This record gives sequence, C-alpha cells and structure tokens, in this order.
Amino acid sequence: MLKRALAIISLLLIGYWIAQGLAGVPFGQDRMLVAQYYLDHVKEQTGAVNAVTAIVVNYRGFDTLGEVTVLFIASTGVGALLWRRKKQRTAKTEGSIVLTTGTRLLVPFVMLFGAYIFIHGHLTPGGGFPGGATIATAFLLLYMAFTTYEIPHKAFEKTEGAVGMAYVLVGLIGLAIGGYFLYDWIWQDWGFGVDNIGRLLSGGFIPIIYTIIGLKVGTELSGIIDNMLKEEVSK
Amino acid sequence: MISVYYFGAISLILIGLYAVLVKKNLLKMLIGLSIMETGVNLLLVSVGYVAGRSAPILSEGIGPNQAVDPIPQALVLTAIVIGVATTAMALSVAMILHEKYGTLNVEEIRRLRG
Repeated sequence: MLKRALAIISLLLIGYWIAQGLAGVPFGQDRMLVAQYYLDHVKEQTGAVNAVTAIVVNYRGFDTLGEVTVLFIASTGVGALLWRRKKQRTAKTEGSIVLTTGTRLLVPFVMLFGAYIFIHGHLTPGGGFPGGATIATAFLLLYMAFTTYEIPHKAFEKTEGAVGMAYVLVGLIGLAIGGYFLYDWIWQDWGFGVDNIGRLLSGGFIPIIYTIIGLKVGTELSGIIDNMLKEEVSK
Repeated sequence: MISVYYFGAISLILIGLYAVLVKKNLLKMLIGLSIMETGVNLLLVSVGYVAGRSAPILSEGIGPNQAVDPIPQALVLTAIVIGVATTAMALSVAMILHEKYGTLNVEEIRRLRG
C-alpha cells in the first residue's frame, strides 16, 4: 500500500515535470525547416508521392539499413535465447472450427494485403515494415489454427539472408553508378516513370527496397513467432 | 498551452510507468513498457502536427504547403520497429525465467535466487 502511494506521488511529480517541460513547445504551428525542403523537392528528387517513405528510404536509407539490422539482431537474439537441442511444437489443441476454417479462407488474402502494403509504399501510407508484419500475422494465424504447422525453415532462412544482401547490393550498385551509397539510379539516371508520378510504376527504387524490407521483416517476425511457440521435448 | 494530445501522451507514459513500478508480474511490466512506448510515439507525432494540414502524401489539392511535418512520422516508424524488437527480446527472457523458476512474479524470483 505504501509502495503504491509512493509510486503515485512520484508519478505525479514526473508528470508535472514532463508537462512543464513540454509547455514551452508550441503545438500545431508550422516550424518546419528541413521538412519543408523535403516536401518541396520530394517529387522531383525521389518520384515518391508519400513524403514519409521518401524520407525513410531515400533521404535516410542508411538509417533504415541499420533498422533492418536491429530487427535481424533481435530475431537472432530471440533464437539464441530460446535455443534448445531438441525442440518441437507441443501445442495440444487444434483451433476451433471457426479458427481453422477462417484461417484456410483468409491466409492468402492476408498475405496479398501485406504484399499490397509494401508494394504501394511510395503511394499510400504503409511500406515494408507494416507489410512484413501483416505477412507475419498470416503465419501466426496458421500457427494458432493447426497444431502441426511449421514454417518452411530452410526456405525462410535463405530468403532472409538473400534479401538482406539484396538491400546492401542495391546500395552498392548506387555507389558504383552515382558515387554514394543507396544512390537512386533508377530515378536519377534513367528517369524511369517521370510522367507517371502517383502511379505504381514510379518512385525510383522505393518499391524495390520496400519489397526487400517487407520480405525481410515478414520472415524475421515469422521466425520469432516460430521460436516462441516451440518447447523442449525430452527424449 | 498543453493540448489534448500532449495530455494523452503524458498520461499514457505515466500509466505505463505506474505498471512498471508497481506490478509484480513480469508480463504486466512488459505491457506497461509497451504502453509507455505508445505514449512516447504519440508525443512525437503530435509534436510534428501542424493545425489544419493533412497527411504528407502529395496528391490532388495537397501541395508541399498543405502537409504536416513528415520527419517525426518517419522517426516514429523507426521507433515502432525497434519497440517490437525489444519487446520480443524481453518476452523471450521472460519465457526463460518462467521455465527456470516456474513463476513470473519478480519478488518470488528474487527470493528463489536467494
């Protein structure tokens, strides 16, 4: 009881402190400096309509590579923490009829929706990370519905490694052609889709990078799900 | 002037912090951490908000001068992904603890360790 009261008092103090600190920040006012430059030039420099994806992939593509690396390290860490010599799924009950039937019907469409999200990243809200997470939910559905289902491990591990290298490769091709890492040669040199802005076939290499990220995030999150749902079996 | 978004973000952060401070179940503490994360993300996005403007997707009727600040949104995208990764790590540590000690109560785990 005393602990709870102390916690509430300290929380009120912290809340007052945060509120005081933020009171000086003007809300809802236009104070963009860098962002205004991005917004003014995003169309002719990257070919993307969605400024957020242009920043994530083009202006800050190197950061995104680091972010993918963080996700990869987390997935490897989960694998290392939950590593056992003999392990398999020990799920005891099959999903209910609603779950199994719904899964059979919905899994292709969930995957299609994920692919839609990451392919249209330069046009609509979304991109590689949400698209990949959507694909991972399809595998989670399969895991919940069927007791014996397992993802195809070999194919998944190979895909994960290959798309990770593909990202670096795209960056290195840009380095070879344009002189810096992740140079968008498709847009800057070829001018592919210049009169097509706002449609699917534009946006330079953003759709390519986002497809890569989507596949990587999808496989990694599915791997995390797979690791967490397996238990040690004694033999 | 504290707006309703700031208020919501700060209260989310405080709710999460309360769970981390008071709760004894590891899973509840992790849920508290996730709530805190949501609060911080909401705070960042609302800092980038500009009154009367729309999402930074340039289409018909939305030029560069009618869009909100896209940079906080890109940052929050990064933060969400990192948050998912750290939550997954923490959950697997909790799983190992539960396997080893048979409980998720932090005080009992401390007592069992002696």
